[in-house]
Amino acid sequence: MPVQWVLLLSAFLFSVGIYGVLARRNAVIVLMSIEVMLNAVNINLVAFNALLQETHLMGQIFALFVITIAAAELGVGLAIVILIYRNRTTVSIDEVSLMKW
Amino acid sequence: MTPWVFIGVAVVMSIAAIRLVTTKNLVHGALYLVVTLMGVAVVFLLTAAEFVAWVQVLIYVGAVIVLLLFGLMLTKAPIGRTALDNDRRGFAALVALGIFAVTGTVLWTSFEGKEIQVGHSVTTEQLGTELFTRFVLPFEVVSVLLLAALVGAVILAKRD
Repeated sequence: MPVQWVLLLSAFLFSVGIYGVLARRNAVIVLMSIEVMLNAVNINLVAFNALLQETHLMGQIFALFVITIAAAELGVGLAIVILIYRNRTTVSIDEVSLMKW
Repeated sequence: MTPWVFIGVAVVMSIAAIRLVTTKNLVHGALYLVVTLMGVAVVFLLTAAEFVAWVQVLIYVGAVIVLLLFGLMLTKAPIGRTALDNDRRGFAALVALGIFAVTGTVLWTSFEGKEIQVGHSVTTEQLGTELFTRFVLPFEVVSVLLLAALVGAVILAKRD
């Protein structure tokens, strides 16, 4: 299997995630798009691990770390979203602009 | 047979990802995310990463999606295009297309003719040995970070 296909798929998923982060208004959908971007990075790491026949399996272990950090990020992110919803009864990130100059 | 499986999975998960960022219904978006994440797990299996693939299924499809669905449930969100998308959609599409064009061409031209040879899958035993010998310090640091994130999430979401 050519490695280019895998890399192109991961580049595509990353761009879709960027579109979701920039164009969506709902904070939960923005978090989902961030998850898609992190998964695109994981595909790259695992593909390079298989391509280089890495002896210490660094690509796969780094992918495991990325999955862990993504879970932690999502937990804290959703807690913040729920807190914002409780205080302002909205999760639209366009309306939460208190700290924007 | 492997290339055909990969192409099929790649097409399905690309369509699901696009539907995720364009859908008008948030719960449908979460279900499209399930399809994309399962596709990523299949790609891991095709690139000799068996343990990472099952971790992906357990953590993402099992836990993260449930967390996201709870987030959607606890925050009432309006449904419809104008409520979900902002008015900078064209600009966002331009940025995403630009990034895809640049990274896509760079990756495509740099790795011309390189093939992934999947002889045998990496076993969990190999991965565990590496994780608990060479990478044991980062592993412990990540576990402390998870604990900190857990405590932080509880403190943030707790009613006082």
